[in-house]
Amino acid sequence: MSAIRARGLTRRFGDLLAVDGVDLDVPRAHVYGFLGPNGSGKSTTIRMLCGLLTPSAGEIEVLGLSIPAQAEALRLRIGYMTQRFSLFEDLTVRQNLEFLAAVLGVPKAESRRRIDELLVQYNFTDRQKQLAGTMSGGQKQRLALAGAVIHMPELLFLDEPTSAVDPESRRDFWEKLFDLADAGTTLLVSTHYMDEAERCHRIAILDTGRLVADGTPVELTAALVGRCLIVHAAAPRRAQHVLTGVPGVLSVAQVGNALRVLCDDGSVAIDRLRAALRAAGMEAAVEPGTPNLEDVFVASTGRPGAPAAGRAA
Amino acid sequence: MKWRRLSAVMVKEVRQLRRDRITLAMILGIPVMQLILFGYAINLNLRGLAAGIADQANTSASRAVVMDMVASGVIEPQLAASTPQQLTDALRRGEISVGIVVPPDFEARRFEGREAVQVLVDGSDTVVQGAALQLARMPLEPTPSTGRMAREDAISVVSFYNPQRRSSINIVPGLIGVILTMTMVLFTGVAIVRERERGNMELLIATPVSRAELMVGKVAPYVLIGLLQTSVVLGLGTWLFGVPLAGSLADVYAAAMLLIVANLSLGLLISTRAQSQFQAMQMTFFVFLPSILLSGFMFPFRGMPLWAQMVGEVLPLTHFLRIVRGIMLKGAGFTDLQADVYAMAAFTLAAMAIAVARFRQTLD
Repeated sequence: MSAIRARGLTRRFGDLLAVDGVDLDVPRAHVYGFLGPNGSGKSTTIRMLCGLLTPSAGEIEVLGLSIPAQAEALRLRIGYMTQRFSLFEDLTVRQNLEFLAAVLGVPKAESRRRIDELLVQYNFTDRQKQLAGTMSGGQKQRLALAGAVIHMPELLFLDEPTSAVDPESRRDFWEKLFDLADAGTTLLVSTHYMDEAERCHRIAILDTGRLVADGTPVELTAALVGRCLIVHAAAPRRAQHVLTGVPGVLSVAQVGNALRVLCDDGSVAIDRLRAALRAAGMEAAVEPGTPNLEDVFVASTGRPGAPAAGRAA
Repeated sequence: MKWRRLSAVMVKEVRQLRRDRITLAMILGIPVMQLILFGYAINLNLRGLAAGIADQANTSASRAVVMDMVASGVIEPQLAASTPQQLTDALRRGEISVGIVVPPDFEARRFEGREAVQVLVDGSDTVVQGAALQLARMPLEPTPSTGRMAREDAISVVSFYNPQRRSSINIVPGLIGVILTMTMVLFTGVAIVRERERGNMELLIATPVSRAELMVGKVAPYVLIGLLQTSVVLGLGTWLFGVPLAGSLADVYAAAMLLIVANLSLGLLISTRAQSQFQAMQMTFFVFLPSILLSGFMFPFRGMPLWAQMVGEVLPLTHFLRIVRGIMLKGAGFTDLQADVYAMAAFTLAAMAIAVARFRQTLD
């Protein structure tokens, strides 16, 4: 049985269709990634899945509970880490955890032991008296994660958990996520970093509220074999100009001295590019490239400018 | 409602409050400051107005009239003039606020029943004008036997519960209400909005904390703070101004408790409407101003036009003032003041019900 099952999930804010008919199946003990640019409906979908927002249409079943009708019962079984730091900045690390343990139903007798355990696991032993508001972005996110798992939820929602975190802390943070998945927790993580999406067991790509791709990173990239080409030209900027106009070319991006070209059809792409370059009188070599998630993103949204690792935010 | 979660919210609130120095300062600073301002600086009953006197008759009867006026305490002679002209000059220069002219033919005028004494007033200050008008209303009917006029007490307003007509006695009980209205509404109004503004609300509503637990847990610490403020005003009022307590102290606290709960409910209601702490503060002022002006704290309730009285009847402070003045100054008990007690309870229930209904547990 999957941890999350949603059919035709839709949410309108006035005239804006924020989420449009999304179908989702999230298997248990998986790290499931939600990839999409800002405003693509990731947060809205997550909020509907945890029962914080009422869908305009569609069905949701989370951990066997029908949402939003049974949202109350769900609250004890899920953890939710908000995009913005939502712990109390004017409480200490320990006080924040004490509060969460109490409201999330950790038995009183166990809460002290559980907090001590989390302080060690998340490296806060010598900071437990520090005010949460005085910590760095990475530390805050680590604390938020510790708080979100204090009651050992079966399912954890993380809404862009690393958007304000430096690369090293991000890697650290993801190690913690895999530890949790290893222990059997299901994780739904939204991100706009490609490298993070690549690490997920499965990902879903959202674009302007619609689900445009869904699968494992390997499946998704394998579908693009033949459509991703590398062009080595003497004058890459000029070659880019020429190639952008060729029918069937979705995007042309310069990577170092080479051009990375994504086409809508793998079978004839390579010949078409060669012909176009020859017609423009340019010397260039065209060879097949290895598709990555950014290509998947461009191919499924039909738009370049996909956010990528290190470029986003 | 689960005690564990409720107490967690309360503990959190107290811990945050302890780090919030400005709020802490407000809790004690506002009562002390207002008590001193209203007790010492703002005197609604004018006494000791600087007066100039031109007694041109200078007979024993005229001197008696002037002395009666001085004895009322409203004026204090500063200038002895010989002509009315000197008085008007002094008035214009602002040296005196009131001038009293007794014309040379005082005895004859009084005998004929004509205007015998003239009171010149600096009309640019309406409060002074009012006080002086009262002076002018002093009776001048001659009492045939002695030829002296009737005693001052024939005209002065007889004040039962505040014989010296000292403002502070009336103001201190009222001040408890004003301070509670100001701080309680503001603190709770801001309390929930703050969580929303800082992003904590999204976390809170994703937890099993119910809205009743959240609301009660957040305002419960302020009940204690309100009682603390009540004690400060009562204590200082007794110590500095000798405010009497005719009724029972327990009744005063019970009344304060009623007002605290009413204001906390109102604050919660505001917090469900306000988008930011600033808006919550603005809304608080919309409650605070009518409370001060229309409750009978500043101006006599019965002297207001009917529509203002009707607005006043809705405000919890109005009923609190009646209750607390009744208890402290007249020695009344709760049974004497049932109508006001019910009115406050009704207000609390209504505000609380709307607040809980309006507080959403989702982000919709």
